[in-house]
Amino acid sequence: MKKNTPPVVELTLPVLPDMEIAATKTAEVVSKHMGLNEEQTAEINMALIEACINAFEHSGTEKQIEIHFKIKDDLLEITVSDKGQGFDKKKVSIPKIEDKLKSDYKRGWGLQLIKELMDTVEFESSEKGTTVTMTKKK
Amino acid sequence: MSDFSLEVKKEGSVVIIKTSGYLNNVGGEKISEVCYEEMEKGKNLFLLDLENSKVVNSIGVSILIEIIEKLQDVDGKLGYYNLAPIVEKTFNIMGLTKYSSVFYSEEEAIKGML
Repeated sequence: MKKNTPPVVELTLPVLPDMEIAATKTAEVVSKHMGLNEEQTAEINMALIEACINAFEHSGTEKQIEIHFKIKDDLLEITVSDKGQGFDKKKVSIPKIEDKLKSDYKRGWGLQLIKELMDTVEFESSEKGTTVTMTKKK
Repeated sequence: MSDFSLEVKKEGSVVIIKTSGYLNNVGGEKISEVCYEEMEKGKNLFLLDLENSKVVNSIGVSILIEIIEKLQDVDGKLGYYNLAPIVEKTFNIMGLTKYSSVFYSEEEAIKGML
């Protein structure tokens, strides 16, 4: 029996200030289509903002990022991809506010927020770029 | 391009900053500018009314951590009220609520700061 391919919404964003908000507008339309509630939509938006900001920072010379919203029966799968130099996952530590209060570097919360707000998160990173895949169950 | 703006008022010794718009790096820096100017004048109690800032990012919130750090040096306090649920959740995940306070009305917030 042939399996139906889930519908996909594709978005390309240039690396410009606040362009992550454009991604959240699309996410709101997709969430509404899927019948996700207000809390789920807000969590998706926040995670998406963080994923976009990370991608903008790592986007290298490409100066744009790709976002795919895959609408599945039981969940929404979002991928955010950049074509930058990638990063070493082993060097990413879990941030703690106690450490941040003493440190000059207060940032570095994006991945932690995405993990907390979404149901699953996976990262693939190489010298050709990084893709974050995150899901939210219905 | 950011449409972030803020209004400042004082209730006794408490400085209240009401924000409007996306609390990103630009918004965070505008808040910190006000806080640091007022700290120079001896103020150390700050409340943020975030009713009109329902979208934040971690860079903007990181600047609030910097404000908390500076307030710790002067026995000061930072508090917030009128938070959207996702903003409160973000503050919890990042641990801000261990070192600053969330209130649910201006009246409660002012009392809680004193």
